[in-house]
Amino acid sequence: MNKKLGIPSALLYYIYYPFWQAFFNEIGVQVVTSSSTTKNILDKGVREALADACVPIKLFFGHVMDLKNKCDYLFIPRVVCLNGKTIYCPKFLGLPDMIRHSLDGIPPIIDVRIDARQGRLSKFKAYLEIGSYFGAGHNIVLKAYYKAWITLRRYNRLLRKGLNPLDAMEHIKNPNDKELILPAKSNLKFAVLGYPYAIYDSFISVNLLGKLKKMGVSVLTAENINPLTLALQKNCGLPKRLFWTFSDAALKAAHYLFRHGRVDAVLHLTAFGCGPDSILNKFIELEAKQYRDIPFMTLMIDEHTGEAGMATRLEAFVDMVRRRKEACPCRN
Amino acid sequence: MPKLTFPRMGESWRTFKMLLEDLGNEVVVPPRPSKRTLDLGVRYSPEFACFPLKILMGTYLETVEMGADTIVTSGGVGPCRAGEYAMLHHKILKDLGHDIKMIVFEPPRLQPLNFIKNVRALNKNRTSIRGIIAHIKRAWRKLQALDNAEKLSHVVRPREITRGTTSKMYRRVLGWIDQAYTTEQIIEAETTALKALREIPQDPDREILKVGIVGEIYVLLEPASNLEMEETLGNLGVEVERSMFLTGWTRDNTWTETTEMMSVKEAAAPYLPELVGGHGRDSIGNTILCAKRGFDGMIQIAPFTCIPEIVARTILPRVSRDYDIPVLTFFLDEQTGKAGMSTRLEAFTDLMRRKKRLQKRHFTLTG
Repeated sequence: MNKKLGIPSALLYYIYYPFWQAFFNEIGVQVVTSSSTTKNILDKGVREALADACVPIKLFFGHVMDLKNKCDYLFIPRVVCLNGKTIYCPKFLGLPDMIRHSLDGIPPIIDVRIDARQGRLSKFKAYLEIGSYFGAGHNIVLKAYYKAWITLRRYNRLLRKGLNPLDAMEHIKNPNDKELILPAKSNLKFAVLGYPYAIYDSFISVNLLGKLKKMGVSVLTAENINPLTLALQKNCGLPKRLFWTFSDAALKAAHYLFRHGRVDAVLHLTAFGCGPDSILNKFIELEAKQYRDIPFMTLMIDEHTGEAGMATRLEAFVDMVRRRKEACPCRN
Repeated sequence: MPKLTFPRMGESWRTFKMLLEDLGNEVVVPPRPSKRTLDLGVRYSPEFACFPLKILMGTYLETVEMGADTIVTSGGVGPCRAGEYAMLHHKILKDLGHDIKMIVFEPPRLQPLNFIKNVRALNKNRTSIRGIIAHIKRAWRKLQALDNAEKLSHVVRPREITRGTTSKMYRRVLGWIDQAYTTEQIIEAETTALKALREIPQDPDREILKVGIVGEIYVLLEPASNLEMEETLGNLGVEVERSMFLTGWTRDNTWTETTEMMSVKEAAAPYLPELVGGHGRDSIGNTILCAKRGFDGMIQIAPFTCIPEIVARTILPRVSRDYDIPVLTFFLDEQTGKAGMSTRLEAFTDLMRRKKRLQKRHFTLTG
C-alpha cells in the first residue's frame, strides 16, 4: 500500500504526532509532514486565512498549503474532547470545515470526530473509522492503537523530563542514536505558559525558548509538569473550570507554580486575537497580583512580531529578575 | 435589601425588571450602553476580550455606582467564551474592590439544582411554585410582545413615507407594552401596538430589498452595540429579518431544540456539522435558509475576535458562492465608527439593488 497521508506540523502536531505516526506506520500508511515553519509558509497562511483569525490558525493554513501537493490524503481530525472533561477551542472544532471550504485543490480530508465524552470506547472507535479509510481491519487497528499508545506514553515521559517536543520526537524516532541530552540546570528558572503550538514553534515564537536558553535561563512549561499535579489544582478557586484543554492546563500550571514558588518568573506567551487567551491571561494576571514575589510578563506574538523587539523585552525582563534574585539570595 | 441588576440586551430589560420585581426584588435598571459605558468597560476588561464582555463590564460598573450589589446573569458550558463571562466579571469586580454577589443561571437541564437554588435566592416574596410559573409565563408573553413589535418595525420602516415615523412610533409603543401588567393587558397593548405600527403611512410601490442578519446574539440584540444597524438599513429601504430574537434563543437553549433550530442545523450540516459554540453554525444555516427563501443579501455581525463567528466567516464565502447570495461581514469593536459602517452599508445596498434589477431585466427578456 503506497498511500501518502499528510499531517500538517502545526497545532496538535506537537502533542499527538508520535501517536499518529506510530499508528499509521503500523497500519501501513506512509506519513508525510510539512516542513518546519518558514517565512514562506507563514505568508501563504496569512494570504489564505481570514484576517481576523489568530496566528496559529493562519500558520495551519500555511502548512496545509505546503502539504497539499505532497500527499493523497490530509489528516485533520475534528478533535472535540480527549479527556472527557475539557474541549478544544471552537477553531479546532471547525478546523476541517474551515480548510475544506476556503482552500481550493486540496486532497480529500480525513476528518474523523474524536469525542471522548461519548462513551468509553469512543476514541478507539474513531481510530477504527480512520483505519477503515485505508482498509485496515479490527485486529490491525487494535494492535496499531496499542503501539501508538505506548509510544505516546514514552513521548509524554520524555516531555516530563524537560525535553522539548521536537527533541523528544527525534529521540523516539532513533532511540539509540545518541545519549539523551537533558536540559542543563541553571540558577534561573522561568515558567513559560501558553499553547504548545505557539511555544515550540521556534519561528512563530521568535525562538523564545532558544533565547532564554542562551541567556542562561532554564524553562519549565505546562507539558513538563505531571498531569496529576495539575489535576490536583481542581478549579483554581473558580466556580467553573476553563472549557478549553490547553487553557485549563495553563491556568492550573500557573496556579500551581505561583503557590509553590518553584520558579523565578512566569511568562505567558499569547497570540494576537486568541479568544481563550483573553480570559486566561486575565485570570493569570489576577493570580499573579496575589504573589508579588514572582514577576509575571505577557508576551504577545503575531505574524509581524520582530526579532529585535522581542529580544529587548526578554533581556530586560531576565536582567531584572536576575538582579532581584541576587539582591535577596536568601529568599529561596 | 439587596439591589439586583442584570445584563442589558435590547429592550428585554423591561421584561426582566417586571419578573424580578414580581418576585419581590429591588431592581436597578441597567442604563443604555453609552460612550462612558464603553470607556469603563474597555479600561477594566482584557484587551482581546470580545465586545459584549467589555460592554457588560462597563454596564456592571455603572450599575454598581447606582447602588446595585447583586448581578443576575447567565452561564454556559462552552465552547464559546460567554460561558466564562460571569466568572471573569466577578473576579475583575472583586479586584476593583466591589463586593458583588453573582447569581449565575446555568442551563437548567444540565444543572437542575443550580437552577432551583437560584430561583429560591431570587424569590424574596416566597411566592409559591405555581405563582412563580405564572409570573414567568406572563414575563414570557411580554417578551414575545416586545419581539413582535420589533419584528413589525423592521417591516414597516423601509416602506414609511416620512422618514423617522416608525422609529418614533416604535419608541412610543414600547412604553405601552412596558406599562401592561396582567396577561390581558399585555395582549391588548400588543394588539394596539401592532395596529399603530401598521397604520403608519406607507408607500406600497417602493422597491424593497430583503436582507437577513445573522451573527452573534449580543451584538444582534443590543442596538447600541451594532450602532443601530437595523435602523440605518431600514432608512436605506431595506427590510431586515433578524435570525435571532431572545424568545427564540431562550427556547432553544433552556429546554428543547425546536423544529426551527433543527432545520437550521440540517441546513448547515454540509458546511459545518459541528457545534462550534456561540452562533457560528446558526449563522451558516440561516444564511442558507434565507438564500433559499430568495433574500437579496445577508449581513453577518460579530464582535472582534469572536471565535465561532470567525469559523463561520471562513466558510461563508463558499456558501455565498454556492447559493449566489451576497454576504457582508462586520466585526465590531469599540473602534467601529458609525460613518464608516453607513458607507459600507450604502455600498452594499447599491450592489444588491443593481443585482436585483439586472436579474429582473434578464427575466423579462428571456421569459
